[in-house]
Amino acid sequence: MKCRTLARLSLRHRPLLHPAVGGTLQVRAASNLSQRPDSTHLSFPGALKSAFTSTLKFENPETRPTLPTYRVVDQHGVVVDQSFEPDISDEKVIELYKNMLFVSVMDLIMFDAQRQGRVSFYMVSAGEEAVSVGSTSVLDHEDVIFCQYREQGAFRQRGFTSRDFMGQLLANVRDPSRGRNMPVHYGSKELNIHTVSSTLATQLPHASGAAYALKMQRLRDPSAKPRVVAVYFGEGAASEGDFHAALNIAATRSCPVIFICRNNGYAISTPTLEQYRGDGIASRGIGYGIETIRVDGNDIWAVREATKKARKMALEGGGRPVLIEAMTYRVSHHSTSDDSFAYRARIEVEDWKRRDNPLTRLRKWMEAKGCWDEVKEKEARDSARKDVLKAFSEAEREKKPPMRAMFEDIYEDLTDDLKSQMKELKDILDKYPDEYEVGEFEGGKESLSK
Amino acid sequence: MQREILRRCATRSVGPIVGLKRCYSTHPPNARLNVPIDYGTTPLLSHNSQSALKSTELPPEIRNGTTKKMNLFQAINDALGIALAEDESVLVFGEDVAFGGVFRCTMKLAETHGTERVFNTPLSEQGLMGFGIGLAAEGMRPVAEIQFADYVYPAFDQLVNEAAKYRYREGTCGRSAGGLTVRMPCGGVGHGGLYHSQSPESLFTHIPGLRVIMPRSPIQAKGLLLAAIRSNDPCVFMEPKILYRAAVEHVPVGSYELPLSKAEILKQGKDVTIISYGQPLYTCLSALQRAEQDLGISVELIDLRTLYPWDKKTVFDSVRKTGRAIVVHEAMVNAGVGAEVAAAIQEDKDTFIRLEAPVARVAGWSIHNPLLFERFHIPDVARIYDRIKSVLSY
Repeated sequence: MKCRTLARLSLRHRPLLHPAVGGTLQVRAASNLSQRPDSTHLSFPGALKSAFTSTLKFENPETRPTLPTYRVVDQHGVVVDQSFEPDISDEKVIELYKNMLFVSVMDLIMFDAQRQGRVSFYMVSAGEEAVSVGSTSVLDHEDVIFCQYREQGAFRQRGFTSRDFMGQLLANVRDPSRGRNMPVHYGSKELNIHTVSSTLATQLPHASGAAYALKMQRLRDPSAKPRVVAVYFGEGAASEGDFHAALNIAATRSCPVIFICRNNGYAISTPTLEQYRGDGIASRGIGYGIETIRVDGNDIWAVREATKKARKMALEGGGRPVLIEAMTYRVSHHSTSDDSFAYRARIEVEDWKRRDNPLTRLRKWMEAKGCWDEVKEKEARDSARKDVLKAFSEAEREKKPPMRAMFEDIYEDLTDDLKSQMKELKDILDKYPDEYEVGEFEGGKESLSK
Repeated sequence: MQREILRRCATRSVGPIVGLKRCYSTHPPNARLNVPIDYGTTPLLSHNSQSALKSTELPPEIRNGTTKKMNLFQAINDALGIALAEDESVLVFGEDVAFGGVFRCTMKLAETHGTERVFNTPLSEQGLMGFGIGLAAEGMRPVAEIQFADYVYPAFDQLVNEAAKYRYREGTCGRSAGGLTVRMPCGGVGHGGLYHSQSPESLFTHIPGLRVIMPRSPIQAKGLLLAAIRSNDPCVFMEPKILYRAAVEHVPVGSYELPLSKAEILKQGKDVTIISYGQPLYTCLSALQRAEQDLGISVELIDLRTLYPWDKKTVFDSVRKTGRAIVVHEAMVNAGVGAEVAAAIQEDKDTFIRLEAPVARVAGWSIHNPLLFERFHIPDVARIYDRIKSVLSY
């Protein structure tokens, strides 16, 4: 990308020109690696321990075995990892199931609400509930989470209530972003989840930086609780430059961060075949020197086991990144602005819904264990539905955030420019009262004159 | 840098390029306007302790303290050292900063403060910017370096969509990227060509949420950089690299800040106001000194210091007094900082009625910085001098 002509010139000239100021240049530490005569291995600074070969052979990705997918429970709810023992009580398992169920019930209701024009936008996470709920369930509450946007399960698992969801979706006074963000751009200070932004993959280097912050804070105060960062992203976002940047810097700075990729086969209409030609996202982690695993994303137990171990690894030896690629299928449309049957067959989707779904898989496991049945299922569904509908209608009746919120939080304090622009808007509203509807905003137009 | 250029010319005259007739720093024999800036005597730098300590913006304990002679890179190094020593949440990183930086701004910082706090990043501007934003959002005070302002564009998305909007989108969650400061060397250096000369400040002044700062001297560099690092808003701190070695002055020892979003009147005058920032202030001073001699006028010179949010009051007050305004900057004229300043001057009712002439802009042409033609591109003394004359004779 760059020519560093000037930099190199400066370096060459400066010590000669300004010995007093520049001092002598430090000799690069790596230069004491030298290539010994008749060595069988490469000792160049760029690659150590590479054996010489006299066979001219290019590495062919197709001849490499595809990375395996770890699963604990199969499609019928039967345990296949014989070493597996559930680490939580039946009650806790039911809690996880109910959180997944809540998200899927909320998805159905809000998708329809958008179709009726009662909310401007929505994105469901159907088919991917186990990835977000499962991974978050084994993180510490103090661990910091960054999301893409299809991780409602992470918020639910951390304790987001139906009221919290609806406040954000309907942008009322309870919306933390004060009516500035599109729906589904949740965030929570108490739950240690950073606010979602629409820009794909930008959260990945943030997660590396935040993980470095946690590491430095712990160096400063060794009695502080060890914490990691978990960051979610789709396989499409992994094509962004920020994915590359984030994994590379996390590896070189030894950051305690878990990268969790939801590989659901599609980025809007683009199938993975047009997204990449390598072995998914997992194969890339190895290239960055990051320990990596591919898991069955429809198996909440596999997600939990992998994330639990990843968290432990991330904190070892001063910190290091880990990559988890969770294989799933995006059962629903990309968003309410998308009709996915324009680019994929209905039958394919129906197959996934029916045959392999994270909810049914856990339900089968629970039923086999005897802690769940048809009656409980119906009760749970009804209760989730009532909960969402009640919060929805309450949220609709709440006031919108004050208009003043549009000028605040650009800077820490309102600048003079912003104060005068706020006044200018107020003057317009005063002069043309019939042109604007301001009644739904808390405090009406008066919030602009404070 | 100026000395380096001179030295390179000298080297060249005995080197292989013997045919080169004119070095960058020489000037035509009869020139009386476009002579090189003499940083050794310019009144814009404090050549002794007394002048360095007289500013009322400095806290009393600093004004009663001592000074040390520093050039611009040393002043930045001094500020970074103070910031690292004062606050454990400060981190300094970028490409090649660990050994001292390609412009020596981070000399000895890694040795003094540890490689955990002063470190190299992989060569990825978007990566190191995103990394800095993540650090800031978790309560640290990262100072990220972009090696040349010309290479900030890969990080543009992170700066515009993330750093600038973090506080706004987090709302009552309260997180922000406010701890972030981004340093970048900018501006022409005589031979930087397309990708070692750019001044992209106006791209950042168009972004709500960012503070954009450019110092003109070592005293300013130290005070404004410390203010930027301590500011709870993300700051873009642009360092005119031609001044790194050229601008030398007495700098107060100790920790002090200069105010952000506050312009400084460098010279009082009554006939025309020149508004500028960074290196061109020296060119402006040379031009106005000549104009004052030749025309018997007096010119007021204002250093904006912070380019956004900028100090409108100081500028308006001055233009209401003089009735004439010229904005000077190195960056190309179209949609530059001058466009914003000129528009704001004419838009302000009380200032508009005092205008005796159209607000003028002297800036780079609307071209890329061409290696060979830089001396015709970046505003020089002759162009500023001529504009003073034409504004006065309007």
